[in-house]
Amino acid sequence: MSVLIDENTKVICQGITGYCGSFHTRQCLAYGTNVVAGVTPGKGGTKLDGVPVFHTVSEAKEATDANASMIFVPALFAADAILEAAAAGVELVVCITEGIPTIDMINVMKALEGGETRLIGPNCPGIISPGKCKIGIMAGSIHEPGPVGVISRSGTLTYEIAYQLTRRNIGQSTCIGIGGDQITGTNFITLLEFFENDPQTEAIVLIGEIGGTMEEEAARYIEEKVSKPVVGYVAGITAPKGKRMGHAGAIISGGCGGAKEKIETLSSAGVKMAKTPPQIYDCLISVSPNITN
Amino acid sequence: MNIYEYQAKEILRKHGVKVPRGKVASDPLGAEYIAKEIGGTAWVIKAQIHAGGRGKAGGIRFAKSLGEVKQYTKEVLGTSLKTYQSGDSAKNVNKVLVEEMCDIAKELYFAATVDRLRSKVVIIASSQGGVEIEETARKNPSAIFKEYVDPVTGMMPFQARNLAFNLELEDKDIVRTAIRFMLSFYALFIECDCALAEINPLVITKKDEIIALDAKLSFDDSALSRHPEIAELRDLKEELPSERIARENNLSYVGLEGNIGCMVNGAGLAMATMDCIKLYGGEPANFLDVGGGASAETVTKAFNILMSDDKVKVILVNIFGGILKCDVLAEGIVRACQEVKPHVPLVVRLEGTNVERGREILNASGLNIISESDMKAAAQKAVELAE
Repeated sequence: MSVLIDENTKVICQGITGYCGSFHTRQCLAYGTNVVAGVTPGKGGTKLDGVPVFHTVSEAKEATDANASMIFVPALFAADAILEAAAAGVELVVCITEGIPTIDMINVMKALEGGETRLIGPNCPGIISPGKCKIGIMAGSIHEPGPVGVISRSGTLTYEIAYQLTRRNIGQSTCIGIGGDQITGTNFITLLEFFENDPQTEAIVLIGEIGGTMEEEAARYIEEKVSKPVVGYVAGITAPKGKRMGHAGAIISGGCGGAKEKIETLSSAGVKMAKTPPQIYDCLISVSPNITN
Repeated sequence: MNIYEYQAKEILRKHGVKVPRGKVASDPLGAEYIAKEIGGTAWVIKAQIHAGGRGKAGGIRFAKSLGEVKQYTKEVLGTSLKTYQSGDSAKNVNKVLVEEMCDIAKELYFAATVDRLRSKVVIIASSQGGVEIEETARKNPSAIFKEYVDPVTGMMPFQARNLAFNLELEDKDIVRTAIRFMLSFYALFIECDCALAEINPLVITKKDEIIALDAKLSFDDSALSRHPEIAELRDLKEELPSERIARENNLSYVGLEGNIGCMVNGAGLAMATMDCIKLYGGEPANFLDVGGGASAETVTKAFNILMSDDKVKVILVNIFGGILKCDVLAEGIVRACQEVKPHVPLVVRLEGTNVERGREILNASGLNIISESDMKAAAQKAVELAE
C-alpha cells in the first residue's frame, strides 16, 4: 500500500509540451510512472516520447481512463487547468505551478467543494510513492520504498529529509509536498488520516513552516486521532515578523504563525520535534526503534 | 506589494468609498496651497511611508493655521520615521498628505483579508477604531466581528447588516450607508486582487457620513501582472537596494542582522539553514532563496548581493539540487567570484542533481572553498568561521 498514488495510477500531464512539462514528464516516465497522455490545447494529435497529446483533458481522460493529472501550465492559466481536470472527472490533481493569484485559488476551492477531485498543491513538488509512482519534480533517486510517510509544506526541505532517511536505510511509503501558498488544495489533517489508515506506513514525518495555523490544527488532530508515531519539524524559528520568507504562505503576521507556538503545540500533542532537519533521523529512531529497512 | 496611504485613498475613492478631501505634497509651499484649496481652519499633515504606527512616531500633525501647515510639513519631510511596523529600518519621508479635519462621532476598525483554512475572504470589523487589531484581539476579543464571504455570491447584504448591527450602528440611514460602504469595499478587494485591505479608523462623522480616515492596501504579488495600473504604483525608494535587485532577478531575499550570509534553494530549506546556524550559536545575515529555476546569471547576482553586505563574515551555500542543478550553481559561484573577489571564507554544501559535476567545477576553479557534505557540518563550520 501507499497513499494517494501507486503502481496502478494512470497520469496525464497538463502543459506537457512546455519546457517544464516535457522535462518532468520524461523524468516521471524514466522513474516508471505510467504517464498515459498529455494535454496542450492546439497540439492534440502529436506525441511526446510516445505519449499521445490531446487538446483537452476530457479527450485525454476518455481515451486513456487516466485517474491523475500533473499540472505545469503558467500561473495565470492554472486555475482553469485545475478545474478542467476536475470537470473531466480526474480524481487526483497535482498542481506544481507556482504564483497562482490567491483569489483564483479561492474560486477553485469553492468549485471543487463537494466534488470527487482531490487537489494537491499548488506551488508544490508533488507526490512520490517510491518504487511505484512519481507525480512531480523531486529526484526519484533520493527515495527508497519503506515505512515512513512524509508530509511537507516545502519542496527542497522534503528532499533533504527524504535523502537523509534513504541514506540511513529508512524508506518512505509516500512523500507529499502540499505546497507553500496561503491556500493549499489538501491540508495536513487529510493526509495524516490517509497515513494513519495506510498499512505500509509505520511512522509519519510532518514538516511545517511559519505562517497560518495548519500546524496547530494538525496537532489537535494528531492528539485525538493518530496512533502512529509522528516526528515533526517547523522551519523558521529565526524568521523575522512581517517579512514573507519566500513562500507566499510563509509570513508571521498579526501575531500569528510564529514557529515557537507551532513547535510547542505539536510537542504537547505528542509529536517528537526536531530542532533542525538533520535531527529528524534521531527523532524517528527514538519513537520507532525498528523503523530501518 | 504595499502602496502609500494617498494612493490607497485614490483607489478607494474610485470604488465609491468616501475619504477626506486632500492631496499629496512634497514641499511646504505645496502643502500650503493644498490647505488653501481645501479651505477651513484646521488640517491634518500625514507622513507618507509604507508602515503603520505613524501617529506615535510623530508622523501625523494637526495644523490650525496655514503657517502651521507649512511649518509641520517642513518638520515632517526629510525626517525618517521608525515605527513599530517599519521593522528595524527607519523610513524616509518624502511626501505628506494634507487633508481636511473630520468631525468624528465614532471610530471603527474595518479590514478584509484571506482566511487560509476556510479558503475565503474574511471581513473583520471592530468597534475599537484607531486601535491595532492585534491589541484588540488580545484585550477585547468580543469587540471583533467576522464574516466569511462565499466567492460565488460575493459579500451579501445580510453579512453587512450582521456587522453593522454588531457594531451597534442603529440609525437606519447610517446602517444603509454602512452596508453600501462594505459592499464597495469587498468589491474593491476582489477587483484589485488585494492581500490585505485595512481601514483604521473608519469613522462616522457628526454629519452621519462614513469616511475612511486612514487606508492601507497591500496587493497579491502573484496577481500584479494583471493589474499594470497598480504595479506601477510600486515605489522603489521604499525597498532596500539589495531587496530590489533580488526581486528583479526572481530571488527571495530578506536582510537580517547577523554575519553569516546564506544562499540556499527553496524557502523551507533556506529557513532551516538559518535555524541550524542559530542553533549552533551563529546569526544569519539574510534569508536568500535562489529558487528552483535559477540560471548561472541569477546565482551570480545572488552571490553579489551577499558579498556587498559589509556585515557578512562568511558565506554559507546550502543547495539540494532538484530542478536547480548543482553544476549550474557551481558555475554561477565561480563566475561571481571572478567578478568580485570574495573577501570572506566560503562554505559550500552541495547535494542532489549533478552533484559530482558541481563539485568538479568548484575544485577546478582554484577558489578557496570549504566543502562540507552535510547541512549540520556546513552550518557548524560557518558559525566557527564567523566568530
